[in-house]
Parts: sequence; structure tokens; C-alpha cells
Amino acid sequence: MNTKMTAAIAAIFSFASTSAWANPHRWQLNMTEGVTEVSRAVQTLHMQIFYICVVIGALVFGAMFYSMYKFRKSKGAVAATWSHSTVAEIIWTVVPIVILVVMCIPATRVLYQMYDTSKPEMTVAITGYQWLWEYEYQGENVKISSRLDREADQTRRLNSGRDPYAVKDYLLNVDNRLILPINTKIRFVITADDVIHAWWVPAFSIKQDAIPGFINEAWTRIDEVGVYRGQCAELCGKDHGFMPIVVEAVTKAEFQTRLAQMRAEQNPLDPQPVLAGAPALTASSFE
Amino acid sequence: MAHASTHDDHASDHHDHDAHDDHGHKPIGFMDRWVYTTNHKDIGTMYLLFSLLMFFIGGAMALVIRAELFQPGLQLVHPEFFNQMTTMHALVMIFGAVMPAFVGLANWLIPMMVGAPDMALPRMNNWSFWIMPFAFTLLLSTLFMDGGGPAGGWTLYPPLSIQGGNSVAFVIFAIHMMGISSIMGAINIIATILNMRAPGMDLLKMPIFVWTWLITAFLLIAVMPVLAGAVTMLLTDKFFGTSFFNALGGGDPVMFQHIFWFFGHPEVYIMILPAFGIVSEIIPTFARKPLFGYQAMVYATASIAFLSFIVWAHHMFTVGMPLGGELFFMYATMLIAIPTGVKVFNWVSTMWQGSMTFETPMLFAIAFVILFTIGGFSGLMLAIVPADFQYHDTYFVVAHFHYVLVTGAIFSLMAATYFWLPKWTGRMYNERLGKVHFWLSTISVNVLFFPQHFLGLAGMPRRIPDYNVMFAEFNMISSIGAFAFGLSQLMFVYIIWDCAYGRKREKATNQVWEGARGLEWTLASPPPYHSFETPPKIEPWMLAHSDVGH
Repeated sequence: MNTKMTAAIAAIFSFASTSAWANPHRWQLNMTEGVTEVSRAVQTLHMQIFYICVVIGALVFGAMFYSMYKFRKSKGAVAATWSHSTVAEIIWTVVPIVILVVMCIPATRVLYQMYDTSKPEMTVAITGYQWLWEYEYQGENVKISSRLDREADQTRRLNSGRDPYAVKDYLLNVDNRLILPINTKIRFVITADDVIHAWWVPAFSIKQDAIPGFINEAWTRIDEVGVYRGQCAELCGKDHGFMPIVVEAVTKAEFQTRLAQMRAEQNPLDPQPVLAGAPALTASSFE
Repeated sequence: MAHASTHDDHASDHHDHDAHDDHGHKPIGFMDRWVYTTNHKDIGTMYLLFSLLMFFIGGAMALVIRAELFQPGLQLVHPEFFNQMTTMHALVMIFGAVMPAFVGLANWLIPMMVGAPDMALPRMNNWSFWIMPFAFTLLLSTLFMDGGGPAGGWTLYPPLSIQGGNSVAFVIFAIHMMGISSIMGAINIIATILNMRAPGMDLLKMPIFVWTWLITAFLLIAVMPVLAGAVTMLLTDKFFGTSFFNALGGGDPVMFQHIFWFFGHPEVYIMILPAFGIVSEIIPTFARKPLFGYQAMVYATASIAFLSFIVWAHHMFTVGMPLGGELFFMYATMLIAIPTGVKVFNWVSTMWQGSMTFETPMLFAIAFVILFTIGGFSGLMLAIVPADFQYHDTYFVVAHFHYVLVTGAIFSLMAATYFWLPKWTGRMYNERLGKVHFWLSTISVNVLFFPQHFLGLAGMPRRIPDYNVMFAEFNMISSIGAFAFGLSQLMFVYIIWDCAYGRKREKATNQVWEGARGLEWTLASPPPYHSFETPPKIEPWMLAHSDVGH
């Protein structure tokens, strides 16, 4: 109980503080700040509109509670008979318009930024399937198939008799992670093979529907090395709750090593790096 | 006018009827009284009881959901069945509980409020009710079919929704029947309001409840055929080889979402505008002060109805619309805050310098204003597209729409029940139990839905049967709230039963509430079987809370 209390208090303070968690944590109250410029801008927008709502709420509910306290029949209040005030009505029509316009400006700016997928340094194609994700590094001949890890998959069965608390990152862990470099503008092209899915990583503030027959775009530039987790965010059938997303962000140098490793594993017929430069048939040439 | 000549035969003033309520018109026998009935009160009662039954069926499904989500891991149901529960819960609550309840209230109240004897189209009224039990038998029967009921969410997005078995056809036909019923109900309401008003009941003197229903009825007629079209295309895609929504055949799954939400967003207001009307009747009554800004209320309702047609795509910001589309729907959606704000400010101003008492209907109405406004705030947050990318399809959205639907629409329905029940039954309900019901409901519903905001912001998607252990605490709190809220509603049933049949209930006066204004309160409690056989002579004091000058 004591640890829970501490966690709760920490969570309450985190609501106003700037520290960010990459993964959900117990008693979490607020949206993550994430690890990209865009996700921080989104978090700021979220807090701005939230505080505006709090102020309006305090005024409106304050007026309500004041009148409920002050103008009770049991306290001898006599009802007034007025039912109109042009000035008041103009004020509470115009002031919200001003607030909304003020709110629209940063929202529009951030949205422009989110939509600017131009000049990517690399592109990853994401395809949603019932119920796994497939990633392809475009032009690299490397594919990753990513599904719920075995331990969680066994634990999540009805009456499995296993304890979800004993599984690390229960339902938020996969067999093969998507490896991405930091400080790189990465474009995602997102589609699906069967039904609609949605690729969501809260730390990047990306949620984009994966729609069969159509290709959607999103982009990110990750600032920090780390492991970032998300889930499918569009109902896609019985195992919708069991197709997590895990992105491992690594340094550019490590990314090149990992990518080369994966390329070698997946294309054993490819010439090895020592032979690079010499003209050779690649595995894909035979396809 | 047509009604004037009809009533010329009856020379007597309506006040004379107070002495002999039943007037010998009430049919004897179950079939004649209920199955063949064309009486607006009996049909209204059946609508209300039907919706109460559906409220409990849909509520039981919600409790299956919350029981499974009580702790991490799957303990009770398979994910397939869980998805059927989320889908059916929504369909039953929207089409079976909330919408028929408002139609029931319209049936009971509109003729009494505008000074008419009955609805304009009584036989159609009978039909529009009696379609409903069959539609819902069809819908609920799918749960017992091979492959189970619909499991693709109430939004029925293809391709997922047509992956189901033959139950898809039953669901679609059930939706068609509900649509036919709603459209006929709406036509009836419009015909009654436009043709059956007593002399002197000008449009801008009508009670706000009548106004909100007039506007709602137009919304229904506009959008129910759109839903029918969308689901018919689903039907032909699944069974007749068309490709409206199939990309392989040149169709577009996103087009379904556009069509669905072109219905779906006005539908949201269909479920809330009559609630605005109810609250606008109740607050002035217990504040003993005229409704503030009557005309502004009418215009705000009309503006919300208009805006509801141009904001649909805010339900689908993540489908990959062009930037211009996102911006348009964001700005249009934010505009809704303005007329909605006007309404909230007007309710608060109505309370200001009033002389308030806090009987159960007033308590529910005040809770409505506060909690609906909280739902409105989260709605405003959801309108901000970049932030919506984080909120979309999470529990934050679930919290948002349950604040506007449960503490909004359902609370208004409970307020209405307590407010008009003495008029309908002629007896006072148990005020003490009513207040207990209010406090239990209000506390538990916040325990139920408020933590869901946190879950959504922390990253829990909606429509999942199991979750990471980090989400465990708030899910458990939410489930406890759900069971408390569900059980509290048994009190509601008892209070209604007790009011109608209990031994000790005292007789209600005609006016029932000290501050009540409006034609329905000039009738006896319970009112005569045919409300106003002769049009009432309307005195200014009889009019509802409108200050007709403004």
C-alpha cells in the first residue's frame, strides 16, 4: 500500500512536471511527452487546451455552486424575474470565439509539421495483418515480422493459469522489434493486408490507420535511445488487443550494424560486405 | 386549422375533464389496450418500458466487459465474445435504450405540451413502436447463432464487420427496422408539432423540450436513411459480390466511414438535443425563475443541429485525410463549443438569483450540466487534431462519450422520469429513495468513467479484452464503479414501481411542482386518456418558462 501511495503521489506530481516516461507506468494520469519534437509539441497543446478547460470549468462550476449555495429557497431566496441580458450573451459568445481562435493557431502549426513527410532520410513500410506487424526497410531488402512474444501469448489465453504480473511488459512485448536510428527523419508508409489496423506509438505521437488498398504516411525523428511501446489502435478482430508494437531506437552507427546483420541473415546468398563493390547477383535478382 | 374544426363538437372546456379522467375511452383487454393502441400515452409508456428493459440488457453486457477488465489476464470470456459484447452493448444502448426513451417522452409529453389530444398520426405511432421489439429480437438473436453476434464494433467498419458469419445480415436488417421505426416516429413528431398546436401556442412560445424534439426529428429524417444506405452497401458487399468498400474491387473502406459518420455525428446530437430540452424544463422549475435566453436556446439548438452535418470526419482524423480536410473538420468541430457554451451559460444564469430547491429531478439536472460539460471539455480536447492523434481510439474517447451519453443523455432521462412520473401516475414517488438513487448513481458513475481518462492518456486502447499490468489499478477502480452504478439502477426500477403501484404513495397535485409551468401541468394527474379534447385557452401563466419577449 505504501509503495502504491508513493507511486500515486509521484504520478500526481508528474502531471505538472516535465519528466517523461517512455512506457506506461502505474497510476499514470497524463499523456507522455514522448521523445520527438512533434510529440512534445502535442503534449504542450494537450496541456494548453486542458488548462483552458480547467479555467472555464472553474468559472462555470464556481458560478453554479455559488448560486446553489446562495440562492436556495431554504435560505429565503426570492426568485428574480429577469430572463435576458444582451450584454452577457454577447460576451459569452465572443470570448469563447477568441479562445478558440487562439487555440487554433498552435494546433494548425503542429498539424502542418506532422503532415510534412518531405525529405526523409529513410523509409519504413509498415503492413498490418491479423494479428501481427510487418516492417520493411525500403531499399534495404530487410523485413521484420513482429508479433506478440510467446510468453505473453501463452499467458493471455483464457484461464491459462499464468500470472500476467510475472510476464515482463505483458502484452507490450514482441518477438522481433523494429530497430530505428535516432536523429534521423524516418518516413513510414502504412497499409494493411486484411482489415483496418492502426499503428500507434505514443512516445512518437504517431497514430495512423493502416488501411487495405491504401497507403498512409507519417514521419518521426527520435531524439533519445530507448525502447518505445505501442499497440494496434483500431479494432481488427479477436486478437486486436494482442498485436503490440515495439520500437528500439539506437544510435546511427549501431543501426547500420544491426541493419547489416539483419540483411546478412535474411539474404544468405548476398555477397558479404568484404565483397561489396564487386558486381554480383543478389538474392532478389532470382525472384 | 384542422384541429379547430375537429374539436368544435366538444363544447366543454378541457378543465371539465379533470373530474372524470378516463372518460370511458380506455380500451379494455390487453390486446386492445396495448397491442392495437393508438394512444400517445400508452405508446409512450411502452416506449419507456422497452427502453428501460434495453438499458438493463445493454447494462448487463457492459458488466460482462467491466468484469473481464477487472484485472489483467482473461478470466471470463474469449476475446471473440468480448468483441461481441462491446459491439452489442453500443447498439443496444444507442438504438434500444436512449433513442426509444426520448421517443417515449416525446409521445407522452408533446401532445400535452402543445395542447393536442394525441399525436397527429396515431396508427403510424403504433407501428413505429411495435417494430422495435421485433428489431431487437432479431439483433439479440445473433448472439445465439453459429459464429455469434456482430463483433466488429457498433461502427461496423468494413472489411472487419463483414468478416462475420450470416449474423451480419440479421444485424443489418435489424438496423433497417430500427431506422424505419425512428423515421416514422420523427415524421409523427414533426406532424404533431407543426399541425396540432393549440391556438396561441406560437412556435416561439413552445416549451424548449418541444423545440429540441422538432429539431431532433429533422435530424433523424435526414440521417437514418444514410445509415440504411451504408449498411445496405455492406450487405451487398458481403452477400452479392459488390465492392463498395473493398479496395480489391476498386472500392474504398474509408468511404464507409465517411458515410457512417455523416449519419453518426448527427446521431450523437439526436441523443443529446432532447436532453437539453428536458434540462431546460427542469432547471427553471426548481429555480422558480424563467429560463434565461429562451430564443438563444432555440437558436443554439438549431446551430448545433446545423453544425452536426459538417463535422463528421472528426471521428476519423487518423484515416489519412488531406491536411485541408483535417483543418476544416477541426475548425468546424471547435465551433460547436460556442452554441453549446451558450446553453450551459444560460442554464447557470437561470439558476442565478433563483429560489432553488433540490428535489431529485433538479439534482439529476444539475449533475447533467456539470458532468455533460466535463464531457464537452474532453470533446473540445478531441477536436484538436494533433492531440487527437494521441486520444483517438483510446479509453480517453471512451470516457468522453460516456460522460456525454451516460451522465448526459441517461441522466437527463432519469431527471425526466422523476420530473414527470407524478404527472403520469398521479402519485408522488419516494423522494428520499430518489435522492439516494441520485447520489449512488452520481458517485459510482464518476468512479466508473473518470479513471478512464487516465487510462486513455496513459496509452490504453479501447476495445481490448486484456491489458498491460500498468493499467490494472484504474481498470479495477472503473470496474468497481461499474458494478455500483449497475446495481444502483435496480433502485430506479423499484422507485418507479413503487410510485405506480406501491401502497403508501400520496396523490400528486395537478401542478406537482411549485415552480412548474406549461400546459401539461394544467391537466389532472394522471392526465385524461385523450389529453386536450378541446384546445385549451392559453393564458400567459400557463406557458412554459419562455419569456416570450426574448
